[in-house]
Amino acid sequence: MSSFFSALIIVGVLGSLLAFFLILQMNNRTNNKPGQTTGHNYDGIEEYDNPLPAWWYWGFIATIIFGLGYLAYYPGLGNFSGLSNWTQINQLEVEQAVADERYGPIFAQYRDIPIDTLTSNPAAMKMGHRLFINNCAVCHGAAATGSLGFPNLTDEEWLWGGDGTTIETTLRHGRNAMMPAWSSVLSNQDIKEVTEYVLSLSGREVGAALASSGQAHFMTYCTMCHGPEGKGQAMFGAPNLTNDIWLYGNSRARIEQVIKHGGNGAMPSFESRLGSDKVHILAAYVKSLGES
Amino acid sequence: MNDFIEKNIGVMMLLILFAVSFGGIIEIVPLMNQNVVTEPINGLKPLSPLQLAGRDIYIREGCHVCHSQMIRPLRSEVERYGHYTVAGELVYNHPFLFGSKRTGPDLARVGGLYSDAWHQAHLYDPRAVVPESNMPGFTWLFDTPVDAAVLPAKLRALRTVGVPYTDDNIANAAQGLEDTTEADALIAYLQQLGTLIKDRR
Repeated sequence: MSSFFSALIIVGVLGSLLAFFLILQMNNRTNNKPGQTTGHNYDGIEEYDNPLPAWWYWGFIATIIFGLGYLAYYPGLGNFSGLSNWTQINQLEVEQAVADERYGPIFAQYRDIPIDTLTSNPAAMKMGHRLFINNCAVCHGAAATGSLGFPNLTDEEWLWGGDGTTIETTLRHGRNAMMPAWSSVLSNQDIKEVTEYVLSLSGREVGAALASSGQAHFMTYCTMCHGPEGKGQAMFGAPNLTNDIWLYGNSRARIEQVIKHGGNGAMPSFESRLGSDKVHILAAYVKSLGES
Repeated sequence: MNDFIEKNIGVMMLLILFAVSFGGIIEIVPLMNQNVVTEPINGLKPLSPLQLAGRDIYIREGCHVCHSQMIRPLRSEVERYGHYTVAGELVYNHPFLFGSKRTGPDLARVGGLYSDAWHQAHLYDPRAVVPESNMPGFTWLFDTPVDAAVLPAKLRALRTVGVPYTDDNIANAAQGLEDTTEADALIAYLQQLGTLIKDRR
């Protein structure tokens, strides 16, 4: 705050306290005898001109003294930060430090336990469940069964890998899937053919002729990520196409749509949001979901 | 003196005006002129035209009636929503969208919290992703195109109140928005909210 405004506040606040005090003094003094009126007469109603009641007068003085004490202790006079040095930010920091000290160890106690062991710790899994409900359920659902575009975490399919460390990495840094849109490369007919072939990978009934010409496109464009057998590659988050688990729906039209327009599933990162201790517990919980 | 003031209404008006504005001059005016309030934080940019269109949809649909955009420096709020809101983030906000009621969660740092796909699903039918939600679906945003023609005028208006849009920004405001829907604009707006401060605390 500039020194001008600071001075304005100090003069204004202290000046008005002084003014209140002087007005109080002026009104407390009277030379009249008790019972004498002010001389005003409003339709026969007259008013006494007595001094202020003592309890009221001293009450007012007490508020002025309290005000001065408050202004000395808390920041209130411009740039003067008060004897307590209180700010809302350092109050927050103190509260956070107290909370960290109290709750931090609860999460930190599992820090060094490997995820594969942690999954059989009921207390940790209870915590993991609560963390999941608060942070993950909004996309993956309260039962972790996912929904269209958000993976089911209870099945055997893991887009980015299902071992403990990989799950932890996924939670920590997030993931960004990059299925390109093929509509600029492949014609509508091509896409129809690839769709037929992709469907055949999971044993669906398809038109043989369409599928076999689709295979050629698949081998050219899709194997880079999904692999020559369509089994996917966790390194790219490319799903296995042979197991009849479909992130974006299993209908012909849906699959065609994804090939045409791509799919960019995004998993946000939770490292900064939760801290590594909570992420560790959460990773173990997510791993346990797939095991049950 | 009492008699004199009571009988001269002009003098009384002046004194009332003085008494009423005195508190404001001491308590409010200095706060509005602090550096932390008037100077943008590092990296703060005015909203892009698409985001600005989204902001106006946010206002039009009354999102601020149920969602606040103000994280107070209280532990419970910082724990849930992230770093408390600082004044320097809001220098280009005209008007402020603090809101005053949280039927839904605070949105001051919702940017990047969910994917675009999540926002699409959620805006279309909130219960598709959050079963217990009581937010209405905003289906019409998905087939209403953004009104790009008014954007240059909006940028110009904001410039007059101090948002640093350049002449180029204004001239090109409507470009490249031919195929965007209002849902795209709203999501673009939401995804930038509060993203400048990365620390959770």
